[in-house]
Amino acid sequence: MADSTTTADSDAHHDHPGVGQYIEIGAILALLTGIEVALFFADISESVAVPTLLFLTMLKFVLVILWFMHLRFDHKVFRRLFFTGLMLAAAVFGVLQVLL
Amino acid sequence: MAEATAVTEAHAEEHPTTMGVSNNKMGMWALIGSECLFFGALISTYLIYLNRTNGGPGPEIFDIPFTSVSTFILLMSSLSMVLALSAIQEGDMRKFRTWTLATALLGSTFLAGQFYEFTVFVAEGLKMDTSPFSSAFFLLTSFHGFHVAFGILLLVSLWAMSLTGRVKPVVHAPVVENIGLYWHFVDIVWIIIFTVIYLIPAG
Repeated sequence: MADSTTTADSDAHHDHPGVGQYIEIGAILALLTGIEVALFFADISESVAVPTLLFLTMLKFVLVILWFMHLRFDHKVFRRLFFTGLMLAAAVFGVLQVLL
Repeated sequence: MAEATAVTEAHAEEHPTTMGVSNNKMGMWALIGSECLFFGALISTYLIYLNRTNGGPGPEIFDIPFTSVSTFILLMSSLSMVLALSAIQEGDMRKFRTWTLATALLGSTFLAGQFYEFTVFVAEGLKMDTSPFSSAFFLLTSFHGFHVAFGILLLVSLWAMSLTGRVKPVVHAPVVENIGLYWHFVDIVWIIIFTVIYLIPAG
């Protein structure tokens, strides 16, 4: 019991990134958003722009969940809970696209 | 003595599971997982009705430069949220209050922008009942807006409670982390909405 309490306490913030790393991630997120907007206004074909936009979005998504939400550093059970929801959402999306 | 009391309080609030992780944090992640499903369904509905505009305005009505600024503001609120968490973990309550208030203000600015955007859309003929496209758009973005509003309420409560001493340095960092998780989730949903709902269809 004592062990689990200790783990729970340390689980709260051990190995989390420092302020400098948070600012770096914030700057990268701002830069990626800038690139997305620039891509929108750039005169390039849809077949290039759409996959690039989706890739940049995925990159931003991953940066936030891994660093700001600490999934990279926390217990794997949190990752499982989140990705279960995400996979179910993807399944709903897939089924609706097929059926309708 | 004060340290011993703080540790006791921390233990009283953090009920560990058999896996050694906080129940509260586990609950927050379960909520976030279920919310993925909720927003997944709303985004899917929007994409299905994307071309059913009934002759009314479609995605061409979106003001991308304006929404880009709103997106930037919400992204930066995620940064200020982690800075607030970092401050309370280090026991710096002055910085914690500053960053918490900054997060709430950035969130409020985003919401104000959304309200303005809706007003413009309605004036230009895009109303809730104009078409399946408009219904799906307003439903999705409004539900996201409600989530932002709830997050602001949590942040302002946290800020006010820290002023009265009910939020203590270090001890209540796990509470701040859980509220932060909710806030970041609202942010990642918008990251997807911005590209899939605004940029790609309007391009």
